[in-house]
Amino acid sequence: MRKYVIRRVLLLVPTVILLSFLVFGIIRLIPGDAVELMVSEGGFADDTKELREMLGLDQPIFVQYFKYMKGVFKGDLGISLWSGEPVLSEISRRLPISFELALMALIWTFLLGIPIGVISALKQDTGTDYALRSFAIAGLSIPGFWIATLILVFGAIWFKWVPPMDYIPFREDPIQNLSQLVVPSLVLSLALSAGIMRMTRTMMLEVMREDYIRTARAKGLTGWTVVIRHSLKNAMIPVVSIMGIQLAFLVGGTVIMESIFVLPGMGKYLLDAITWRDYPVIQGINLFICTLIITINLCVDLLYGFLDPRIRYR
Amino acid sequence: MNPVKENRTPILEVDGLSVRFFTRDGELNAVRDVSFNLYPGESLGVVGESGCGKSVTALSLMKLIPIPPGNLEARRLHFNGVNLLRASEKKMRDIRGNRISMVFQDPMTSLNPVLTVWKQMGEILELHMGLKGGELKDRCIELLGMVGISEPHMRLKSYPHQLSGGMRQRVMIAMALSCNPSILLADEPTTALDVTIQDQILRLIQSLAKDLEAATILITHNFGAVAGMTDRIMVMYAGKIVETAPTMELFHNPLHPYTRGLLQSIPRADRETQERLFSIEGMPPDLLRTRIQGCSFAPRCEFTTQDCTMHLPPLEKVVQDHHVSCWKAK
Repeated sequence: MRKYVIRRVLLLVPTVILLSFLVFGIIRLIPGDAVELMVSEGGFADDTKELREMLGLDQPIFVQYFKYMKGVFKGDLGISLWSGEPVLSEISRRLPISFELALMALIWTFLLGIPIGVISALKQDTGTDYALRSFAIAGLSIPGFWIATLILVFGAIWFKWVPPMDYIPFREDPIQNLSQLVVPSLVLSLALSAGIMRMTRTMMLEVMREDYIRTARAKGLTGWTVVIRHSLKNAMIPVVSIMGIQLAFLVGGTVIMESIFVLPGMGKYLLDAITWRDYPVIQGINLFICTLIITINLCVDLLYGFLDPRIRYR
Repeated sequence: MNPVKENRTPILEVDGLSVRFFTRDGELNAVRDVSFNLYPGESLGVVGESGCGKSVTALSLMKLIPIPPGNLEARRLHFNGVNLLRASEKKMRDIRGNRISMVFQDPMTSLNPVLTVWKQMGEILELHMGLKGGELKDRCIELLGMVGISEPHMRLKSYPHQLSGGMRQRVMIAMALSCNPSILLADEPTTALDVTIQDQILRLIQSLAKDLEAATILITHNFGAVAGMTDRIMVMYAGKIVETAPTMELFHNPLHPYTRGLLQSIPRADRETQERLFSIEGMPPDLLRTRIQGCSFAPRCEFTTQDCTMHLPPLEKVVQDHHVSCWKAK
């Protein structure tokens, strides 16, 4: 088990290096660079050449890359071209917002996806089942940004409600903060919970036909004990693996929700950084997200062992 | 083996039990008009080939047939004075695992793979006996020891995949007997096991049931298995009882052509090795597609007359305790 974890963590290093290489190259392929924008916006410098030298962008791309990676291994993600602040502190300032949004979306996903999936399976082929499945199909096929836009438009027209422009941190006013995040996290969780719901339903139907469920019923256990204790734990094994894959989409989804609902999180920061060609910021956030997703996947793999005693790690 | 006395009150009375399943392809009559009584402490063998309705009969005694698609009908289904047909789901839960319990065919799939032996044994004792904590654990260890599992306190923490097939079936038996049931249903308990283990498991079931004074219904397709284990045998074919008699009587004086065919197809060690093993010609009827009017065995029977295909032979008494459903048997 410990060996397995160490090996998985070590595997993170080549993955991150490969990714850094890709991100570093690709953002420099986008037409226009930070220097041109800075000069045209004015105020930074008169001469593009001088500015390039100042920011170290005149050096060959490989030199820039190695300098950057040297910093990364020391825990230094560079300095934002625009603000002049260290990227790491910029990220850590915005991270709690994104984290809170993703966590709330995840909680919604569990609260909606799993119970609805179980109910749908227990009421297989009834009106309830069809209604819940239609809801799931809708959730999967309607893009989140479209629903978010509708909420903004019709919220403003019908209820005179617009999302607040100022973000209130959790520490200042927890209730205000949570109410601010309810709508974006709910929209974010729609597609996720629809996927989880369908998977839970399918797995529950499969597990309910197993011999050990018949054994459980032959013991005289109540229907709910059979469902919760005997079926759900078995059905959750593949659901957890789907969850691991979906978490990656969740990170992507925070970018969209943050920019629509003007939440000053990491996703919004990434979008702005791309607009302003702030290379170190883009690189830093991408490296961070990549490491995060790999870590989440590792956690999911370890969670299997907890759910399914037949799995051993070598 | 004690002969069954008719004057004792039966613990289980089954009269006219029929189970049908409404499937996408049509109606399936899995069990047709089955009637029998089970007396306290008696051991009844139910013999028949796959799909003859043995397992469905056993499951319907606990009302574990899924309804729908199933449908259960009977003129009388009484357990210990309780009308099971009228019993509520709550009443049935009190009976299941407690008064009537069951050991299933495949111990590989009948235990929950993600729960420990301790959890799976504990829940039934907690539910029906109200045991908790140390008392519960002691009882589990005692039961595991009773079914012949070595180091029972270690095995409690095991998951099913860490046990061999024979051990798992022993755990199933321990679970089934944990609440001292009046009736133990064993549905082909040895089919999925090694031949060397089969006899051990059957003897274990027999001796434990005797100790606990539980009546047993042993379902099997193997005449050899029921020979030394049961007091009485019921032979089923295509959802119906075709012959029933005390074990010795049935072996010495089989009357139904199907019973005779089954007995002849038992491989025997004292026969010439070159001799081909006897087999009954043809296949059992497809209960989904064929409407059976007369005797369901008629298409495969060597004595068939027109009468057999037209009229259903009733289950008639031939001698004391020996009933047969055949026009030709007399």
